[in-house]
Amino acid sequence: MAPFSFAEGDWRAGIFAQFEACGVQQMAYVPDAGHASLIRACHAAGEIDCTVLTTEEEGVALLAGAELGGMRGVMLMQSSGVGNCVNMFSLLASCRFPFVTLVTMRGEWAEFNPWQVPMGQATEDTFRRSGFIVYRADTGEDAAAMTGSALRLAYDSNCAVAVLLSQRLIGAKTF
Amino acid sequence: MIERREAIAELLKDRPDELLVVTGLGSPTYDVAAAGDVDRNFYLWGAMGGAASMGLGLAQARPDSRVMVITGDGEMLMGMGSLATIGAKQPANLAILVIDNEAFGETGGQASHTGLTTNLAAVALACGFRKVMTARKPDELAEVRQLLLEEKGPVLAVLKTRAGDLPRVLPERDGHAIRLRFKAALAQS
Repeated sequence: MAPFSFAEGDWRAGIFAQFEACGVQQMAYVPDAGHASLIRACHAAGEIDCTVLTTEEEGVALLAGAELGGMRGVMLMQSSGVGNCVNMFSLLASCRFPFVTLVTMRGEWAEFNPWQVPMGQATEDTFRRSGFIVYRADTGEDAAAMTGSALRLAYDSNCAVAVLLSQRLIGAKTF
Repeated sequence: MIERREAIAELLKDRPDELLVVTGLGSPTYDVAAAGDVDRNFYLWGAMGGAASMGLGLAQARPDSRVMVITGDGEMLMGMGSLATIGAKQPANLAILVIDNEAFGETGGQASHTGLTTNLAAVALACGFRKVMTARKPDELAEVRQLLLEEKGPVLAVLKTRAGDLPRVLPERDGHAIRLRFKAALAQS
């Protein structure tokens, strides 16, 4: 894997530093442009096992399996994928699995594509009603700090935690 | 025709200590529990479609252990995309057994896709599994066991079995208790 370095000012470097500090060993993802540099960094880091998913609910079960085997993980997805996971979230609640996901938000800030709005607007409530603790990051500094807190809360206190990376932070996609 | 409960008992007889088993919800959970309620079994009672993905995460976390997912055709159909994910990752220590009665047994025995047009072994092969087989007769079980326990993964076997109800053997269903029991067993190794 080619070495990777974040571009100057890419706040995702702070998130990645938290993955390393907290011992993340597996990363599962459904790609999103907002996560692209973070995904590349994880692939380039030899100590993180990266799994690309066909649908987000696979990642919930995958990271539960990883935790059974003693590994810490994180899932990267977009808000449109959160609804795909709802029944699989029962695995986390039923077994009190630690779980962390970072979610790039669509459908909430200067959104061009109306099809993104329904799930984007339902994302936070969906997580809360599924038993998650939810953080919302509007700055790069918050995104890194919240990722670190989410990983500790999950793996030290058996919680499911979602960190929403706001569309205002990521920048609305232009077509 | 293969009798599922006898077949699972045969496949798990004298199982290696390091074998880790994840079961899909419904009858596969009962079949595996009937073969022996071992601490290294993780029983799913829900999360339909998640068994194979869970097996992948566990296999990646425990590369020195063999991981076997034992599930039904309906559960595997719901997680069919996970076969592509597993094919892409090529876990050498992961084996999947699909107990295929061609029916949704928990809900009234409605016909499933595998009795109509879908061939799950062919799907797995097309997704990049190293080896697959479909067994229809009891004298093929030795070969199934060899595939699932010995051969380099990812591998998948389909057992074509009779549809119909068997007595339920119900293991622990508190998920947190199952998880802690499983992790405690791993901590002892």
